[in-house]
Amino acid sequence: MTFGETKLGRKKRRNEAIAKVVFLGMALSMILPLVLIVGYLFHQAWPILSLDFLTAMPRRGMRDGGIWPALLGTFYLVTISLVIATPIGVAAAIYLNEYSRDNWFTRLIHLAVVNLAGVPSIVHALFGLGAFVMFAHLGRSILAASLTLAIMTLPVIIASTKEALASVPMAFREACWSVGATRWQTIRGIVLPNSISGILTGIILQVSRAAGETAPIMFTGAVFYKAIPEGRLFAYGLFDQCMALSMHLFTISTQVPEVPPALPFGTAVVLVMTVLLVNAASIALRAWLRSRKKW
Amino acid sequence: MQKAVEIRDLTVRYGATTALKGVSLDIPRHEIFGIIGPAQSGKSTLLKVINRTLEMKPDATLEGQVLVEGKNIHQIKDVTQLRRLVGMVAPLPVGLPLSIYENVAFAPRKAGLRDRAKLDQRVEKCLRQAALWDEVKDRLDSLGTKLSGGQQQRLTIARALSHEPRILCLDEFSIAIDPVTTMRIEEVLKELRSQVTIILVTNLVQQARRLASQTAFLLNGELVEFGPTDQLFSEQPASRKTYEYVRGIFG
Repeated sequence: MTFGETKLGRKKRRNEAIAKVVFLGMALSMILPLVLIVGYLFHQAWPILSLDFLTAMPRRGMRDGGIWPALLGTFYLVTISLVIATPIGVAAAIYLNEYSRDNWFTRLIHLAVVNLAGVPSIVHALFGLGAFVMFAHLGRSILAASLTLAIMTLPVIIASTKEALASVPMAFREACWSVGATRWQTIRGIVLPNSISGILTGIILQVSRAAGETAPIMFTGAVFYKAIPEGRLFAYGLFDQCMALSMHLFTISTQVPEVPPALPFGTAVVLVMTVLLVNAASIALRAWLRSRKKW
Repeated sequence: MQKAVEIRDLTVRYGATTALKGVSLDIPRHEIFGIIGPAQSGKSTLLKVINRTLEMKPDATLEGQVLVEGKNIHQIKDVTQLRRLVGMVAPLPVGLPLSIYENVAFAPRKAGLRDRAKLDQRVEKCLRQAALWDEVKDRLDSLGTKLSGGQQQRLTIARALSHEPRILCLDEFSIAIDPVTTMRIEEVLKELRSQVTIILVTNLVQQARRLASQTAFLLNGELVEFGPTDQLFSEQPASRKTYEYVRGIFG
C-alpha cells in the first residue's frame, strides 16, 4: 500500500474540484438576482426616499407625496388576516398531527389542505368577493379582504405548523402518555413549547406573502385612493376600504399617467424591504430559538 | 393472593401480523417478574398492552382479557388512572426536554399535585429511589436531556416512579447504557421490589436470572413457558426450546 499519485486518483480529484465549482456557482447565482433587484430598486427610488415619503399622503392625483395610507392599509390587512388565520391554522394542524388517525376522512382533509395551497390567488379573490363581500354582506372592506388573505395563507400555515409539530420526537409523547398525561397535557407541556420556533417561522413567512399579493385584495377591499389622517395609526375601521402597498404599486405603475418614475420604485422599495425585514426577523427568531434547543 | 397482572388468552395483531398469540400469564405482586425472548417475540407489545399505550398505534387490535390489580383494564374509563398505576421505562432513555426537576415533577403535576413542598419531596424521593439524587441534587434546574445516557435512564426510572405506580415495567432498560450503570440499576430494582411489582423485559437472559424470581419465555408471540426462574434455567425446563435459548444455542 502506497500513497502515490494514480490516474484514477487524479481524475477523482479533478471531478471533485469541478463539482464544487459548479455547485458554488449555482448557489451564488441565487444571490445575484436578489442583489441586482434590490440594488436597482434603491438606485431608481433614491431621490424620493425619506421618512416623509412613508408618512405623507399621496398628492396631485398620486403623482407626488407619500404612501402612508397604503403602508398602513397593508399593515392592517396583514395583521388582521394573520390574527384570523393563525388560531384556525394552528388548531387544525394540531388536530391533524396529534389527534387524527389515518383514515379516509383525514386523508380528505390533507387533500383539501394541499389543494387549497395550490389555488391561484386570483381564484381566492373571486371566492372572497362571492363569499365575504356579497354573501356575508361585509362589502368591500378591510375585514373582507383580510378574510380572503386568511383563506389564502391558511393551508400554508397548517402545512408548516404540522411539519413543526412532527419534528418533536415521538418518544417524548410516548413518555408523557405512559406517565398518565392526556394528549392535551402532552401537547401543552412538551409538543408546543418545543415546536414553537417552527410554528412562528411558518406564520411569519406568511406575512410577506399576504403583504405582497394584489389579486385577493383588489376585489375585496383595497382601493385606488383613500384619504386618511396623516401619521395616525388608528385611521382605518374594520369596514372601511383601504389602500395597500401592492395595489398602490400596481395602480401608479399602470393606471396613472405621468407619475415620476421614482414614485413606484419608492413604493417597491418599501414593499421589498418590509418583506426582507420580516424574513430576516423570522430567521433571527429561529436561530435564537434553535440555540435554546433542548435536546 | 391477588395478582398484580392477570392475562387471559391475549392476542394482539398489528394489521395482518400477529404479535401475541393466545398468551395467558399471571404476574404475582411484589416480586421481579422476568420476560425473556428474542427480538420480535412480543415482549414489548405485552408491556404496551398493560398500560394501554397500544391504543396509540392506529393498526393494533386486541383480543382477550387483561386485569391489572384485579381490574379489567378495558373497562377503565379514565385511561390516565391506569397509566399512573403502571410505571413504564422504555429501552432508550428519554429525558423530556425539561429540567431534571420538572422531568420528575411532570406526572404528579399533570395528576393535579400543586403543593410545592410535596412536589419537592416527591422529586427527591424518586431521584433517590433511582440512585440519581446525589449526582444531580445541585443542578436540578439543568436540562434532563443533557445528562449522560446512564443518568437519563435513571431519570426515566425516577419519572416512572413519580406517579407512585403499583407496577413498574422495564423494557430492555440496559440496551443503551454501560455495564456499571446497569449493575447500579439492578441494585435499585432489588431495593424496589418490596414496594412495587416489577416486570422486567430483557433479552439478556442472565439479567433475568440474576433478578427475577419468576420468568416467562416468549417466542414469536407465543408463551413457551413460565415459572420459577430456577426452573427455566435448570437442566430440565418444560420446553426444549427454553433450554436452548437460555444457553444461547439459538436466539
